Amino acid sequence: MSVTLPWDIFFIIIFPGFLFTAAVGLFSTWVDRKVSARIQWRVGPPWYQPFVDIIKLLGKENIVPTGTGMTGYLVFPIIGFIAVVLVSTILWVTNWFPEATFVGDIIVVIYLLYLPAIGIIAGGSASGNPMGSIGASREMKLMLAYELVFLVAIFTPVVASGGTLSLGGLVGYQAANGWMLGNASCIVAFIVSLVCIQAKLGLVPFDIAEAETEIIAGPYTEYSGAALAVFKLTKAMLLFVLPILLIAVFMGGAWSPWTILEYLLILVFIILVKNTNPRIRVDQAIRFFWVPCLILSVIGIILAAVGL
Amino acid sequence: MGIKTWALKKSPWVFHLNTGSCNNCDIEILDALTPRFDLERFGILLVGSPRHADALLVTGPVTMQAAPRLRHVYEQAAKPCLVIAVGSCACSCGIFDGSYHIVGPVDKIIPVNIYIPGCPPKPEAIISGVMKALNSL
Ligand code: SF4
Repeated sequence: MSVTLPWDIFFIIIFPGFLFTAAVGLFSTWVDRKVSARIQWRVGPPWYQPFVDIIKLLGKENIVPTGTGMTGYLVFPIIGFIAVVLVSTILWVTNWFPEATFVGDIIVVIYLLYLPAIGIIAGGSASGNPMGSIGASREMKLMLAYELVFLVAIFTPVVASGGTLSLGGLVGYQAANGWMLGNASCIVAFIVSLVCIQAKLGLVPFDIAEAETEIIAGPYTEYSGAALAVFKLTKAMLLFVLPILLIAVFMGGAWSPWTILEYLLILVFIILVKNTNPRIRVDQAIRFFWVPCLILSVIGIILAAVGL
Repeated sequence: MGIKTWALKKSPWVFHLNTGSCNNCDIEILDALTPRFDLERFGILLVGSPRHADALLVTGPVTMQAAPRLRHVYEQAAKPCLVIAVGSCACSCGIFDGSYHIVGPVDKIIPVNIYIPGCPPKPEAIISGVMKALNSL
């Protein structure tokens, strides 16, 4: 399919891109808050709560503290946000129209997924707040910890499918040969990448950068109003986009109605991990990712290379 | 009522500030946030930074040390921002009235939207006060 300009705009702004991802992402954060509330024996917020939070933040005063780089301070939240919108568009378009895929789009997706974390790091540093810079430095260390492992884990299916470097190709390969999760190597990689997306989402036990009991709100400390809303929206959209990436790569692609069930399974797993673990220190996180997780993911990729 | 006010009423994030209380009111505020009362039903969340706050819960009489800090925190909060005085001390200095180190009740420093008396007020009283403050918007 040759995608034309009006369709591009439709894809990016409305359907798989901004509006759809934002709505489903915010709804997922409600599921997160509601399930957490039920686990703690509470009632929990009403279903429209995350939407109201965003509307409220958009309506509030947007303070730029003196001594910050004004442009950077306001642009960095938007960089991460745009990256997530693009990732979502690429994921859905390649899942539904495998012809629209291009070689290496999985690499593009992985690079774009760096940007939200970089936006948080740069925004936290630009805010000129001590807590913000501590949060930014923690986020940077956490990123160094999980990125390599995540990369190796996501590339295991690529090796297992004989070097298919495109998302559409991987979905097509799984349609012909069954789920990637049927291979021993991909089961290992899937477990490792589930742990990595927990860290990418900044949820407990890896909410080290935002640790509200230690450093107020980390990189977000100085942000208020619309800029904070963009950060919150980016986080919510990531909660939708990252599981969809795993479904596309490991669980047969996101085009059948089963996708909803698979997504809910991953979401509930993330929420349960979030609610049953304490926060770990940043050095523990680095050791955790660089020793057991890296060894596991390398075992996975070796298994994939020998064809298991 | 515009959509801004409606959203503010549905999702007030509170920031808790102690300006010299005996710590009892603070414990009652934390009590109100426990699962038993579950303030998240109303969208109320405790935030750590005044920049994110929609309501300041101020406890205690304002001491000389705390007065400039209270003013500073109020200026840092993104407007619109409610101020709720929790406890007799915050409303009127309570048992600390006339002490050598007290500047005065909270409304002498910053404008207060609603007063919740009690020494300390019960969590139910705090919740009812916050809801009244929101409904007055
Ligand atoms: S009102 Fe009573 S409980 Fe609250 S700070 Fe004052 S003395 Fe303590």
